[in-house]
Amino acid sequence: MTPLTGYLLVAALLFAIGLAGALTRRNAILVLIGIELMLNAANLNLIAFWRYSPHPEALTGMMFAIFSIAVAAAEAAVGLGLVISIHRHAHTTDLDQMNRMKG
Amino acid sequence: MSLAFYLIAGLSVAGALAAVLLKNTVHCALALTVAFAGLALLFLQLDAQFAGFAQILVYIGAVAILVVFAILLTRGSETPKDGVYSRNPLIGLVTAAAIFAVFGWAVLNSTTSLPHESAKPTVTVLDIGNALMGRYILPLEIVALLLTAALIGAVIVAMHEKDGAQ
Repeated sequence: MTPLTGYLLVAALLFAIGLAGALTRRNAILVLIGIELMLNAANLNLIAFWRYSPHPEALTGMMFAIFSIAVAAAEAAVGLGLVISIHRHAHTTDLDQMNRMKG
Repeated sequence: MSLAFYLIAGLSVAGALAAVLLKNTVHCALALTVAFAGLALLFLQLDAQFAGFAQILVYIGAVAILVVFAILLTRGSETPKDGVYSRNPLIGLVTAAAIFAVFGWAVLNSTTSLPHESAKPTVTVLDIGNALMGRYILPLEIVALLLTAALIGAVIVAMHEKDGAQ
């Protein structure tokens, strides 16, 4: 097994764990945690491909990962703001009880 | 594959598993911090110092704290009486397992075509800064705008509404 294969398998496992969490948990915040794990697994793939690529000095994968981290931070801020807003409105973060678009 | 890789990978996977499996939401957030720390160590293991420290600053320093704040503000630490999993958790588990199987099959079957440079990249933070200020200046500006807009938007969305004013 080459080192890159190991990193890719770890990233795939983390992605699957995050996806399972996002699909099976009730709490909206836990779903966001699962999405964060999936984004991080993708970042690990980008960095691993950058490290073992023939031209790491081009910095392509590294830049992709850095911008992805910034976008994930924005996503987390907006997502958690929405969860807090919904909790104030519906007094729950249980996704099974949020079944109406209308307030 | 070195022993350090297996230890760090085990730490990350264990943290991620705990983050999605534990019942108490606050414990989940703390386990998520462990998973983020493991990922930062994996980045450092891959000679990506800047990305590793950015991961520590952004994820452990900001996102994990934000998650804890959100949990405490929504009183999400109380375990609901009808369980923490959705009505049909099996569907989600099967989907995730199928996707992992496809990914693992794809990775293991493409070993020969994957790049395998062993030379350590000689990239310093200076190179990254020069690239950000040169070739990647437009994406950098766009991300700056996106972060500003997202943070203002998050504050407006979460801001307390006055009575009567929508």
